[in-house]
Amino acid sequence: MAASAESMQASSAGLILRLWQSSIGKKYVMAVTGLALFLFVIVHLAGNLQIYLGPYKINEYAHLLKSTPAVLWGARAGLLAIVALHIVTALQLTAANRKARPAGYAVGKPVASTFAQRTILVSGLVLLAFIIFHLGHFTIGFVDPALLDLRDIYGRHDVYRMMVNGFSNPLVSIFYIVSMGLLLLHLSHGVSSLFQSLGLRSRKTFRFFDRLAKGAAVLLFLGNCSIPLSILLGIIK
Amino acid sequence: MNLTLRVWRQKNAKTSGQFVTYQATDISAEMSFLEMLDVVNEELIKKGEEQIAFDHDCREGICGSCGMVINGTPHGPLSATTTCQLHMRFFKDGDTITIEPWRASSFPIIKDLVVDRTAFDRIIQSGGFVSVSTGGAPDGNAIPIPKEDADKAMDAAQCIGCGACVAACKNASAMLFVSAKVSHLGLLPQGHVEADRRVLNMVATMDEEGFGNCTNTGSCEAACPKEISLDNIARMNRAYAKALFKNKLA
Repeated sequence: MAASAESMQASSAGLILRLWQSSIGKKYVMAVTGLALFLFVIVHLAGNLQIYLGPYKINEYAHLLKSTPAVLWGARAGLLAIVALHIVTALQLTAANRKARPAGYAVGKPVASTFAQRTILVSGLVLLAFIIFHLGHFTIGFVDPALLDLRDIYGRHDVYRMMVNGFSNPLVSIFYIVSMGLLLLHLSHGVSSLFQSLGLRSRKTFRFFDRLAKGAAVLLFLGNCSIPLSILLGIIK
Repeated sequence: MNLTLRVWRQKNAKTSGQFVTYQATDISAEMSFLEMLDVVNEELIKKGEEQIAFDHDCREGICGSCGMVINGTPHGPLSATTTCQLHMRFFKDGDTITIEPWRASSFPIIKDLVVDRTAFDRIIQSGGFVSVSTGGAPDGNAIPIPKEDADKAMDAAQCIGCGACVAACKNASAMLFVSAKVSHLGLLPQGHVEADRRVLNMVATMDEEGFGNCTNTGSCEAACPKEISLDNIARMNRAYAKALFKNKLA
């Protein structure tokens, strides 16, 4: 029994190693981490949209998220690992791709591929810069430490006021909106592509996944941009 | 018609190449693209210059030998057509045509437009076959095969291994080629027996040969003269996962 458990363990490590060393295995990693991050941005937006329900609701929600440190830090560590894995794998795959095609063609347009597909690395890397700024802005506090010290009348972190104050700066809001445009571009290819990488897409389901990707990307863009816009236009005060 | 050709000339893999401009005069619209190049080469022979080297064999679109990138598109502007089946009526008098070889580090240039595609042969050698014992030929209808499986396998079997998928892909990925072979053999009962071993070995060889990774853009499918579908790549992605996990449990 002990021997078989040992060999099972050894072969599990072998499986992960084999996945990591193969081109298709790395694409599975991209797809699974991408799917996780896609689900995260949906949940993140759903949480943020509570700003429309007033200060009490969104501050309560934020308080709930932060009430159990183990859960909070577990989720943060998990997200960080997923983001890191997504980016490291993408860079490794891209390096291999550049090596496989060192010289391009002198003339002609790329065959069939779309702008969003060809720029997915660029949109992803700019999004990384955005994520660093975003965390500095609303989580770590290196952009404006005063935003994290706001308290509501119940003594909770005043997330509502933090968002209103944070987005009152038009430059910050514009940067957010441009970044959400890149997320739109990134997801419009990524969300459909991940199902192809996992082998779950076919000619019959292509349209469904393509529409799912584009539809979800547009809805996320509109939802995310509505918040800074509402604040700039004075709808949320 | 008269055309201006910008052709990639390169002596061998070690030297660097460059574009050289040639005039193709009195070209008939009925000629194939390769026949047009034959005419240009005749002129070069008369002038005592080195001919433009290009691969070709059957000239009827089934062998997979020919192939060049014409104005940035593998096999030229006509979809589902090999270079040898592309006719000059799809060009206009006075056109400038840029002709380049397949560009991929796994397909080193041998000379001019001829590239070394033996990487494909090595992928096939690593699993793109069905092992059969010798003996009497089995009865044709002894193994029933569902029509749908047969159709999918036959669609994948159309692949002629020309390499246009690699040439079109911005990552020089061979996924369409490998997935066509994996699908073609794995969907049929005779080849199904070795399906797991096949996909693992062929993908490993594909990676060793230095082909790029699939970013699911669909350029390969658009450039393929045999219209091999991206469905095959999805099928291979599925088969690879299945084979890896089964391999782990075995």
